[in-house]
Amino acid sequence: MRFAFSEEQLMFRDAVRDLLVSECPPDVVRQAWENSSGRTADVWQKLASQGVPGMLVPESAGGLGLTELDMILVIEECGRAALPEPIVETAFVAPALLVGDVDRLGRIVAGTLAITAAPATQALFPFADGADELLVIGDHGGGLATLPGGAATTTSVDRSRRPARLAGYMAAGDQVGDAAGARLALNRGALGTAAYLVGLGASMLQVTVDYAKDRVQFGKPIGAQQAVKHHLANALNRLEFARPLVYRAAWSLANDKPDAGLHCSMAKVYANQAARLVSRTALQCHGAIGYTTEYDLHMWMKRAWALEGSWGTTADHLDRVGTSVVDTPGRAA
Amino acid sequence: MMDLEFSPQQEAFRQECREWLRANVPRGYKSGDTREGFQQHLQWEQELFANRWAVVSWPEAYGGRDASLMEWLIFEEEYYLAGCPPRITQNGIFLLAPTIFEYGTDEQKDRILRPMAAAEHLWAQGWSEPNAGSDLANVKSSARRTDGGRLLTGQKTWCTRGAFCDSAFGLFRTDPDAQRHKGLTYFLFPLKADGVTVRGVERLDGDLGFAEVFLEDVFVPDQDVLGEVNQGWYVAMSTTSSERGLSLRSPGRFMATAARLVDLYRRSRETADPALRQAVIQAWIDTEAYRWYTFQTATRMVDGHNIGAESSLTKLFWSDMDIQLHETALSLIGDLAELDEGSDSAVDGGDWLKGYQFSLAGPIYAGTNEIQRNIVAERVLGLPRK
Repeated sequence: MRFAFSEEQLMFRDAVRDLLVSECPPDVVRQAWENSSGRTADVWQKLASQGVPGMLVPESAGGLGLTELDMILVIEECGRAALPEPIVETAFVAPALLVGDVDRLGRIVAGTLAITAAPATQALFPFADGADELLVIGDHGGGLATLPGGAATTTSVDRSRRPARLAGYMAAGDQVGDAAGARLALNRGALGTAAYLVGLGASMLQVTVDYAKDRVQFGKPIGAQQAVKHHLANALNRLEFARPLVYRAAWSLANDKPDAGLHCSMAKVYANQAARLVSRTALQCHGAIGYTTEYDLHMWMKRAWALEGSWGTTADHLDRVGTSVVDTPGRAA
Repeated sequence: MMDLEFSPQQEAFRQECREWLRANVPRGYKSGDTREGFQQHLQWEQELFANRWAVVSWPEAYGGRDASLMEWLIFEEEYYLAGCPPRITQNGIFLLAPTIFEYGTDEQKDRILRPMAAAEHLWAQGWSEPNAGSDLANVKSSARRTDGGRLLTGQKTWCTRGAFCDSAFGLFRTDPDAQRHKGLTYFLFPLKADGVTVRGVERLDGDLGFAEVFLEDVFVPDQDVLGEVNQGWYVAMSTTSSERGLSLRSPGRFMATAARLVDLYRRSRETADPALRQAVIQAWIDTEAYRWYTFQTATRMVDGHNIGAESSLTKLFWSDMDIQLHETALSLIGDLAELDEGSDSAVDGGDWLKGYQFSLAGPIYAGTNEIQRNIVAERVLGLPRK
């Protein structure tokens, strides 16, 4: 039993963090709210130069041939930056269903193919304006359809999301992958989103702690008030207990454990709950300044709201855990 | 490299724990916080010690097995999953002993540890005073110099099982002129000696689990000072970190409670509100989160990191979780939930109500959760003290 990341995994994380701090500051996220694609101009290319989109692509197809465990902290960093790119969909989910598709995998590695994805049971898919292809994941595999660009059909509270209804795409497209690939893709979707939510939460909490140290009322920083301290301590608590469930699920996927799906569901439940509490806490501790669109916090908060319902809601994943643990004799403990 | 499986040696250790505990687990004990129950639990502790299961993580010289931190966590899981009773020795073996290992002299280790583990000499904690609860540094009880030792005078309160124990540990003011945190010394003191009056106090559940201790010129020899004179605050802090962190409340007991909750749900789902299913699942996931958080923390400890203020996060989590587990169970039980252990009709012998009342103490003892949130905010998040 050893529950810690390796030096290499932490170094990869730090390199991605450094890149995103310099290349994806809040202004870049804000641009994706207003531009035609809902994505960044060039951050995806820069991530590709570090190998990020191809982390899970086999070396035989030009990727890094790494595992979910190697990539989980990288996704968390993308969440910290609120990176408006299909990191979970293209880099984490899609390779599960594109086994042997050397052409597409090669373009993922090069950063020239952006694939958005969603479970067939979902009403919406994101990145409809900026992704090249859509992967719809059913029980027996995926369906791949080309997106024309500018395909968003509706608006999200997070203006960089660019959602479209899935209904029009269900029948179309090439069939890719198999049932096992589909299961893996769904688990990766839930887990990747959970890691991204933890990153969003960590960032919102940090911004709020900094603000609470800085903002003076009644002659002292508001962070010296116990009411504010207790809010922030509770938020940290939920976030810190979500992490081990996320990391453990990543280890289980990387090691093909039979209960990996269950572990991914637990991770999504906890990440959803942590992100919701942190975002409410962040808003409350900021006061009115946090309740404007001029201040950056809202972009992180709204991304968290959007992701809470993606790749399975809290209720969906609780039910999945329940079916396996609570309803079936002999499983608990 | 991350490895979330146990080694073959660890699995073998688990198997050995499991076999012995399941073959020997006692049933039908009364609460360890009653006189009759206390005697039953004493017998169990002595049997554990005789088979070297009382303090597995201690050196063999003191009756342990030199078990690693991970093995100790495994033992705890097996202990509670087997249905073994709460440890009446816990204030000694989990709170005082780590401090003795860190600050004690060889003479103290040789004299105190073995009888503590063997449940021949029982220890109570004596932290709180009437005016020193959350504000522990406000301790007023004093220790006056005399030939070969000191004379202790003052009052301690909320001493767990103090009415049944032989000795206690706590802070006394040795330098009345020093600032609050300075001038305190950590003493080991007798509860059955001239000048000591112990009065049992009923807890919320009616058991005699608390005691008030009145001390009047009680002689304590110099050899019963733990650590340096006037350094007691810093010595005590090492114990409170054990109390808040892993050593007092390892995941095993909550995993066992969650397993019993799931079992209760299966028995009551025909009649219970369907909405409670979600609460049961959530409670079960909470215990998983605590378990994996603990393995993460234990790995950091094995790597030599000092956990420090983060133990307050642990305490906040387990104390809230324990209440959730029991509240969910009481909701499942419905209108029978009010029946206590004295009732023939109580579900599961009234254990859930008993456990609920105990869980409500969690956010209060070992430093209230409000104090823990202050610690997290100031020392983990770096918010200003004032």
